[in-house]
Amino acid sequence: MTAAIKVAGLVKQYRQARALDGVDLEIRQGEFFGLLGPNGAGKTTLINILAGLARPTQGSAHVMGFDVARDYAQSRRALGVVPQELVYDPFFTAREVLRVQSGYFGIRDNDDWIEHVLHNLGLTPHADKNMRALSGGMKRRVLVAQALVHKPPVIVLDEPTAGVDVDLRQTLWQFIRSLNEEGHTVVLTTHYLEEAETLCERIAMLKQGRLVALDSTRNLLARRHDHQARFRLDGEPPAALGLKRGQGICWQYGFKEYVELENLMAGLRAEGIKVLEMQLIEPDLEDVFTEIIQNA
Amino acid sequence: MTGFTTLLYKELLRFWKVAFQTILAPVVTAMLYLLIFSHVLEERVQVYPGVSYTTFLVPGLIMMSMLQNAFANSSSSLIQSKITGNIVFVLVAPLSYLEFFSAYLLAAVIRGMVVGIGVGLVTVWFTDLPLMHPFWLLAFTMLSTGILAALGIVAGMWAEKFDQLAAFQNFLIMPLTFLSGVFYSIHSLPPFWQATSHWNPVFYMIDGFRWGFFGHADVAPALSLLVVGVCFVAISGFTLLLLKRGYKLRH
Repeated sequence: MTAAIKVAGLVKQYRQARALDGVDLEIRQGEFFGLLGPNGAGKTTLINILAGLARPTQGSAHVMGFDVARDYAQSRRALGVVPQELVYDPFFTAREVLRVQSGYFGIRDNDDWIEHVLHNLGLTPHADKNMRALSGGMKRRVLVAQALVHKPPVIVLDEPTAGVDVDLRQTLWQFIRSLNEEGHTVVLTTHYLEEAETLCERIAMLKQGRLVALDSTRNLLARRHDHQARFRLDGEPPAALGLKRGQGICWQYGFKEYVELENLMAGLRAEGIKVLEMQLIEPDLEDVFTEIIQNA
Repeated sequence: MTGFTTLLYKELLRFWKVAFQTILAPVVTAMLYLLIFSHVLEERVQVYPGVSYTTFLVPGLIMMSMLQNAFANSSSSLIQSKITGNIVFVLVAPLSYLEFFSAYLLAAVIRGMVVGIGVGLVTVWFTDLPLMHPFWLLAFTMLSTGILAALGIVAGMWAEKFDQLAAFQNFLIMPLTFLSGVFYSIHSLPPFWQATSHWNPVFYMIDGFRWGFFGHADVAPALSLLVVGVCFVAISGFTLLLLKRGYKLRH
């Protein structure tokens, strides 16, 4: 099956900076894919190349098998991009904006789909207001709607939830998930790692224009073997047990295998120290992200 | 709708929604020019025999307003879209650079013509204008506003700030239009300035346009049409080349 997105040897050199330094990546159709990385890692540059907003210095990029430069009309029809910046056209209402955007893609009489998108993004009551009159969150919803007017098989969301309230996040993810279930490929960049952890099946991490990790979310989480346990004790444990002072009155203990906890407990019992409270902390994507980015 | 017709529709709707600023204001400005200049010069200047100064002035004013507004439309639309960032909506769409060019160009030509018609209608109260060669008028209108519309696209692409666009407008477009014989016949100028005027393409636009009304011109209308036509082809070709390369639009 044709890849939803395929980039090979992608390099983007700006005057001073190399934004992308030889990226190879393939995203399968129907995937919910996360593209993570610190600021300036090259995520937006990669998206801009896919959307035709930037041209690669070297390498190639395909959307649904269409070369973004040679077959730009087909590749752009296959792609819907929600840009990171909160941009809007101050001359028009939300509905006008969506009709115009449909027309750019050569779609006439798109009102049924526009209504569907407006409804699912909670925009119906605001559809006939001028864009200037909408709140930041509403403008963000219109941006999402604009990216979806042509029912693109591949949807790219560049930090869509930056600075938006819980309500929009939930509405947005519910809708995007339903689109993904219907077969749309979704690529997400976000700084909220718990979002990526919950939503994405596979994740790629970029650092300074290079791909430093590409794996399923489950495998990435399993990479980090360290568990943490946090204790509240009724006495001070001897240093030999390996407990470290945590925040406040807590003690922390790092371990790889659960059997090590058994040894710790035995040690505490031997010292006559009682465990008043205990909490196990599982590694999350943030730990994995930090570790990969630091070591890359 | 196709991509082209939608972009054209959007560009037309954009200036129509702010018609006070984009149509009425230039009509009022032209009317003020006419009031003041005709009041001061009506009795003192006669450029063509049997044609009053006010009547002589009207075609130049109409053309000047059309040119300035055609330029303003494409350039301001582009720079606003670039600065606010909403140009991205057009750039991610499957529009060819030819469709992009044609839509911005045609919208600017239409804005120029609407303003021109507005100025023409207002001046009916001041003077009785003959109409000798309407098809030549139309040809000069289309080609001349087309040149300025294309220049507006270039300026809108090139400028990164409103300040730069204002410089383009004030130091290039304004002098070219004001020093083109809108308010005078170049035969009234000293020989050096007469010769210099022949290097200004706007002179041919105004002169040919005026010929369409009076059947009277400073140079042969066919020469004017040729100059204007060549300029249109050249600037359009240059603009298309820049758009194809994505100059300052696609990084």
